[in-house]
Amino acid sequence: MDQILIQTLHGLVNGMVLAMVASGLTLIFGIMDIVNFAHGDLLMLGAFVGASVLGMTGNYWLALLVAAIVIALLGAVLQVTTLRPLIGRDPLTTILATFGVSLVVQKYALWQWGPSVRQISEPVHGDFTLFHLQYPWYRIVTALLAGLIIGALWLFLKYGKYGIWIRATTQDRVMAQAMGIPVPLVYTAVFAIGSAMAAASGVLFGPFAGVTQTMGFDFTLRAFIVVVVGGMGNLGGSILASIFVSLLEAYAAIVVSPAQAVIVSFIVLVLTMLFRPTGLFVPTPK
Amino acid sequence: MLVLDNVDAHYGKSHVLHGVSIEVRAGEVVGLLGRNGVGKTTTLKAIMGMARRTGGRITFEGNDLHGVPPHGLAGLGIAWVPEERRIFRLLTVLENLRTGLDRPGITPARREGLLEKVYAYFPILRERRNQAGGTLSGGEQQMLAIARAMVLEPKIILLDEPTEGLMPRMVAQIQEIVHALHRDGVAILLVEQNVPLTLDAAGRVYIMEKGTVRHHASSAELRADQRVIHEYLGV
Amino acid sequence: MATLTSAPPILRTEALTIRFGGLAALSNVSLAVPAGEIRGIIGPNGAGKSTFFNCLTGVLRPTSGRIVFNGEDIAGLPPHAVSRKAIARSYQITNILPGATVLENVRIASQSRHHNWSMLRHHRAFTDVIDRARAVLADVGLAQKEDEVASNLSHGEQRNLEIGIALATEPKLLCLDEPTAGMSVTETHATVDLIRRIARDLTILIVEHDMEVVMGLAHTITVLNYGEVLAEGPPAEIQANPRVQEVYLKT
Repeated sequence: MDQILIQTLHGLVNGMVLAMVASGLTLIFGIMDIVNFAHGDLLMLGAFVGASVLGMTGNYWLALLVAAIVIALLGAVLQVTTLRPLIGRDPLTTILATFGVSLVVQKYALWQWGPSVRQISEPVHGDFTLFHLQYPWYRIVTALLAGLIIGALWLFLKYGKYGIWIRATTQDRVMAQAMGIPVPLVYTAVFAIGSAMAAASGVLFGPFAGVTQTMGFDFTLRAFIVVVVGGMGNLGGSILASIFVSLLEAYAAIVVSPAQAVIVSFIVLVLTMLFRPTGLFVPTPK
Repeated sequence: MLVLDNVDAHYGKSHVLHGVSIEVRAGEVVGLLGRNGVGKTTTLKAIMGMARRTGGRITFEGNDLHGVPPHGLAGLGIAWVPEERRIFRLLTVLENLRTGLDRPGITPARREGLLEKVYAYFPILRERRNQAGGTLSGGEQQMLAIARAMVLEPKIILLDEPTEGLMPRMVAQIQEIVHALHRDGVAILLVEQNVPLTLDAAGRVYIMEKGTVRHHASSAELRADQRVIHEYLGV
Repeated sequence: MATLTSAPPILRTEALTIRFGGLAALSNVSLAVPAGEIRGIIGPNGAGKSTFFNCLTGVLRPTSGRIVFNGEDIAGLPPHAVSRKAIARSYQITNILPGATVLENVRIASQSRHHNWSMLRHHRAFTDVIDRARAVLADVGLAQKEDEVASNLSHGEQRNLEIGIALATEPKLLCLDEPTAGMSVTETHATVDLIRRIARDLTILIVEHDMEVVMGLAHTITVLNYGEVLAEGPPAEIQANPRVQEVYLKT
């Protein structure tokens, strides 16, 4: 019973972090049909930048902010240089391009920060008592923060002036252009936002397991699973799916090792593709 | 103001416009008539940069539209109301209007003024302002599409078959709106298959067939001699 | 025109109706096409012309009514079964194989009619199929271009190739969906000549917006409006029919 409670918390916390990563990914896919294989690596870079800033200033929150901003800019530069020229081409081309970026980013990180694991220490210490169990405050804070950021994103999309531009462009790029919306700029901005969210996720997740060059891969993998299960381009769906899949994995980890628990995610993916390919949390298309 | 000079256009391999020459002066309502498939919509798409222009020039107020990116046309004063209306279905009526209202350099006062103006033209849009665009009826979507163009404060509206699929009562309403826009001084290039409406609204009419302009006359002339209309639009 | 009325019609529809929810795309459409006729189907936008073709060729299932072809009830059959009944269709959007040569495009279609299951012989061994393909190419005026890669053809030639592909399946009924769409005046005239040539041994249904084409080619014209048959008769009669004029000029 205790195990289940702890794993539920793990699942929820991990789910919220994953939701942040997946939100960025699904936003990018929804608006410009780009499958961003480098997404997890942007998370990784964000974590490294965060670790460096933390080392220099000792301020966790500053590290979080700087990492998000730096990676947002990097994302914008990447989109303009490698992805914008590929607009309108065969989707395989963009997949290869982002895959290439992923490899370059990983090697860069290795060169820049070396092979040893970096640490990001928690900004909030101590445990939170639930019934008779102890659970790190920091993890709760992470989940709340992730929720806040996703909420802010949702509000921005729904009510912000540029949020309307993004939603209009997602629905009908041609008509959006005809209304004077600068679509190429919107694409770059969305990619930057997605990158920033990935970077923030990296810094938030840093204290959980340390920062390494390969930490991005697991996130990219899970984020893709979640985006498909939640419905591609569907923000709400990917958030629900993130929590759903993370909870399942957390419970599975009671029985098998955590490394094997990821199999559960794949099973969910396969079942979704077989029975509800448009997404589990998407209303069935008529 | 808007001049198409000997324009050729292609969709892929298909040579869809052959030497099309059309002119719309400031404040004019000009009609573009023709049967299905003759190239009327393609002509509008060529102006909007959506069909590949392979010959001739398109100029607006003397400036060649060639290098202008698709999102730059609204800023020049060209608004488009496409055949399929293309309402942003998941945005509310108000949000649809905001895609045109939220322009750089526009003051809140002017925004409010424009919004009030289109609500005055189309009271039903005020009523439905928080409803998703996709839930509106066909006629209401057409009104929203026109309102959306109006809030851009355009110099010319490219209006593509606004009465298609609408009930007679709505057709009359659209006719009224075209008149009102004309009184406002907005130029309109009206693509239509509805002959009486076009002859009533437009001063001059071009008739297209098979990708080219076959006839050009004033509405008065076309009304006087019905044979031309019969030949190009009848059976 | 020879009287075609003595033999039973090769195609007959009885009260053909398709409803999508509350909307009747086709409503009680009954027509009879004698063998060997060229039948034009016209009507304003949304009249149901494409829906009618889709129904005939098995893409859509009718809500009610019958389609009788060569004495057989074919309503509701899937498209591949309809094709085997010798009904062929060309499409508004060109549907050729762009990477294959002109001859190959037609040969593949022809081969589907014969030797469907033999996998062991090389395709070059099927001389009968190749001869048939060449004959079709001659009919559609593409004999000189048999080795040309299909994507290199002009738009008009590609549309004609599409007719050739349909012809190669040896249909008894050929459905042409706006065959001259997007063509220049010269290309249109060439296609009209082509259709006249192949009409000898075929029954042809043609949907068109180009009035010159359809009035010049068709023996009989059926006018659809809002999914219903508005009028039917020889071209001259249709052109003189005030209700038809009204529908076209007031829409």
